[in-house]
Amino acid sequence: MEWSAYTALELGTAIKEGALSPAQAVQAGLDAAGRHTHLNSFITLAGTRALERAQQLRPGGAGAESPLYGVPMGVKDNICTKGIKTTCASMILGDFAPPYDAAAVERLNQAGAVCLGKLNMDEFAMGSTTETSYYGPVRNPWDPGRVPGGSSGGAAAAVAAGEIWYAIGSDTGGSIRQPAAFCGVTGMKPTYGAVSRYGLIAYASSLDQVGPIARSAADCAAVLDVIAGRDRRDSTSLEYAGPLLPRLTGEVRGMRIGLPGQCFGDGLNKEVRAAVLAAAEILKSRGARVEEFSMPMLDYGVPAYYIIACAEASSNLARFDGVKYGWRAEGCQDLTELYTKTRTQGFGPEVKRRILLGTFVLSAGYYDAYYKKALQAKALIKSAFDLAFQTYDLLLTPVTPTTAPKLGETLSDPLQMYLSDVYTVPVNLAGLPGLSMPCGFDSRGLPIGAQLIGPLLGDLPVLNAAHAFQLETDYHRRMPKGGDAL
Amino acid sequence: MTWETVIGLETHVELATKTKIFCSCTTQFGGEPNTHCCPVCTGMPGALPVLNEKVLEFAVKAGLALNCQITRRCRFDRKNYFYPDLPKAYQISQLYLPICRDGAVSLSTPAGEKHIRIHELHMEEDAGKLVHDPWLDQTRADYNRCGVPLIEIVTEPDFRTADEVVAYLEHLRSTLQYLGVSDCKMQEGSLRCDVNLSVRPAGSAQLGTRTEMKNLSSFKAITRAIAYEARRQIELLEEGKPVVQQTRRWDENKDATFAMRSKENAQDYRYFPDPDLPQLFLSEAYLERLRREQPELSPAKAARYRRDWDLPPYDVQMLTSQKALADFFEQTVALGAPPKQASNWIMGQVLGALSARGLDSRDMPLTPRTLARLIQLVQSGRLNRNTAVKVFDAVFDSDADVDAYVKEHGLEQVCDAELVEDAVAQVLADHPKSVADYRSGKEKAFGFLVGQVMRRLKGQASPPAVHAALHSRLDK
Repeated sequence: MEWSAYTALELGTAIKEGALSPAQAVQAGLDAAGRHTHLNSFITLAGTRALERAQQLRPGGAGAESPLYGVPMGVKDNICTKGIKTTCASMILGDFAPPYDAAAVERLNQAGAVCLGKLNMDEFAMGSTTETSYYGPVRNPWDPGRVPGGSSGGAAAAVAAGEIWYAIGSDTGGSIRQPAAFCGVTGMKPTYGAVSRYGLIAYASSLDQVGPIARSAADCAAVLDVIAGRDRRDSTSLEYAGPLLPRLTGEVRGMRIGLPGQCFGDGLNKEVRAAVLAAAEILKSRGARVEEFSMPMLDYGVPAYYIIACAEASSNLARFDGVKYGWRAEGCQDLTELYTKTRTQGFGPEVKRRILLGTFVLSAGYYDAYYKKALQAKALIKSAFDLAFQTYDLLLTPVTPTTAPKLGETLSDPLQMYLSDVYTVPVNLAGLPGLSMPCGFDSRGLPIGAQLIGPLLGDLPVLNAAHAFQLETDYHRRMPKGGDAL
Repeated sequence: MTWETVIGLETHVELATKTKIFCSCTTQFGGEPNTHCCPVCTGMPGALPVLNEKVLEFAVKAGLALNCQITRRCRFDRKNYFYPDLPKAYQISQLYLPICRDGAVSLSTPAGEKHIRIHELHMEEDAGKLVHDPWLDQTRADYNRCGVPLIEIVTEPDFRTADEVVAYLEHLRSTLQYLGVSDCKMQEGSLRCDVNLSVRPAGSAQLGTRTEMKNLSSFKAITRAIAYEARRQIELLEEGKPVVQQTRRWDENKDATFAMRSKENAQDYRYFPDPDLPQLFLSEAYLERLRREQPELSPAKAARYRRDWDLPPYDVQMLTSQKALADFFEQTVALGAPPKQASNWIMGQVLGALSARGLDSRDMPLTPRTLARLIQLVQSGRLNRNTAVKVFDAVFDSDADVDAYVKEHGLEQVCDAELVEDAVAQVLADHPKSVADYRSGKEKAFGFLVGQVMRRLKGQASPPAVHAALHSRLDK
């Protein structure tokens, strides 16, 4: 088996046992990245730096107790890395090298992680295809004519293609789970607050959450065990009851799993539907109780999400004005021109669309009609989930209505793109843990994902059910033809 | 027509916390540009605010002292606008759920008791400072002040005169200083006041169109600006012209206000709750602790001074107006000085010396120990009052040891009865005419004789002792 087909935990074990050194692991990742430059999964590949870092790692060194010690990984380019450019896939932050590491990066470094580079994404995490990146689109390793999903498209593609063994991304409305589904890997958005947002460049602060993308649920648990936990620099971060990895038993007997009818109705591709229902059957075969139920509030997820996310984005992205850092328009005569030119030229069309939308919904006279209503819808969605979790331990849904579309197909129709987030955004609105796991392939050979949703701080049962599923199936072990064959 | 002026105030007060409101940078005034900052207060991408709990505590203490309702569930909102001194392009403030509301203060003014309602008190962060370099024609941003904690106190339009405004600001300053939540130095900008003013026909219940005046850096400026702006509005109305709702800037040198921006081009700040800062829930136990910790404020102190020490109202008002002065007074009394004596010294010499040096009572070089000792020396007759004043002036700046100074300069009073007796005998012998005058009923002659004795003793005799000795001989 090629190293690139290993899971992160398997590679960590191989490093621990001396089967390969961290530097050799880095080289294997760089080789894979070199073979797949057409995927465009990295914005910044920090190969030399990664090799130097890997050579410094010694058996038994600081962090060596981590099962991920020495395992090469990647960081989405909206998560700050000290001294390494962090562009948010935007022209406006093209030369921005943060003076500090994000909290999650800091913790990974302490656990002996080796960062191969910064992963491509939709500009400022706004998009579902990774086509809005200023640095060009990412291609899906399963079919280079198709998108990898987004916004963490580079992360999902790089893990799928075996360039890195895990990645940390961010998920505001599905940005980890949706690309994981399109690329046939496992991605987890933890409970809001589980991972510190310190150093994550904000898109929508009340919804943003840092999380792992890897091959397996167990890998995701191992990453969370490193990055999760209270951080005094993020007031919304929570105490986290870890570690998760040792508690992944794969035991789901008696677990009650609910299937919201609204997620299996019109608009859902038949093959996706069949694969997700088959996943339910597999969990049932391991002793879970599965039943359908109704959750009408889910229909309000997309409109509420886009209002809240854009409102917060319009404020969060206001600081990119050319005054302090990043790109600045030349030849401006006065302050207004500096702001206008810098922001008009520095942001791409999707970012500007969301800033304008967000500015509108917060404006005097519209606040109550849009923003306040959206907050009310958010509260109702939250209570609908609370109610569902009185009956069920977990919910199972598709991640996306379809498998990965072709490049250019969705970009022309933003509304269609927004609507495809229908299964993922309610999870962010309610702050819940959600995981996307590979559960099959369509007739074109494209991966299909199933989503498990847990109650607040129910990250362990989510991961455990996914682990149970992955003990029974090998979808998560399959490698794309564009990657290294098993 | 007679016109009535209606005024409301918005006062920004810088809190005296050691660190900023959302990060641990120092709040120290001054400093090289951009040396008191970090990724949080300069709004670097990915940085997040974390509330300094001292700010909440100070705001609640101020609210309690202004008799406000404390909001038990409060939160922060973002006020969005672009300006280079605001690195995040939003100010973290409070609009929807301010920490304190519905307060009131009572003021004593020359015209009688005045009641002012407080609309709200909220917490917010200060912005940076832009420095224009005319030589290079460049504007530079200094973010040292970004994130310095402020409270903004908004009154209802309850003022009618500039005297009331000044009385309110003096009360506010005294209260906040007593609480220790701010030093309220107007010249350093730690207390800034914007004046909202409108005029209306006397007796009208409807409010006129108001203007807001900024850049008022002293009580004097506020008084003059109010007079100017009221007159300007009245003149407009009397000419049949409308008052335009706008923000106006007070120009100290020109003694006039000038329009800055009008309501039409007012910004839409698009306030919304800051998602980075969770709601705050204040428990009853928390409030109870802060209530218990509230110090004695000036009205209570004044009542106690009158009750316990029977000091005159004017003295009481002066002594309690500033916490530092009241503390100085109380410490002097605690060291044994009779309250009335201590008060006299402070009202006279101490305040005089401070004002001659342009000093604030907080910057007093003299310690209560020194003043108490001086008073004690006068009390015991070892220094006479005039000499004591000279000693006071000599030791005020250095807080030098009074006893050493007196000894070194040979200023101690002559209390030796024999010396006084000798001098008296000599003077009576030298001035038989005066003795005769006195005995024939000319009281004035007694003063002359006292003066002569004092002269012989180089002014160091205790006047009562001289009086007694003279009387005992002359009145035989």
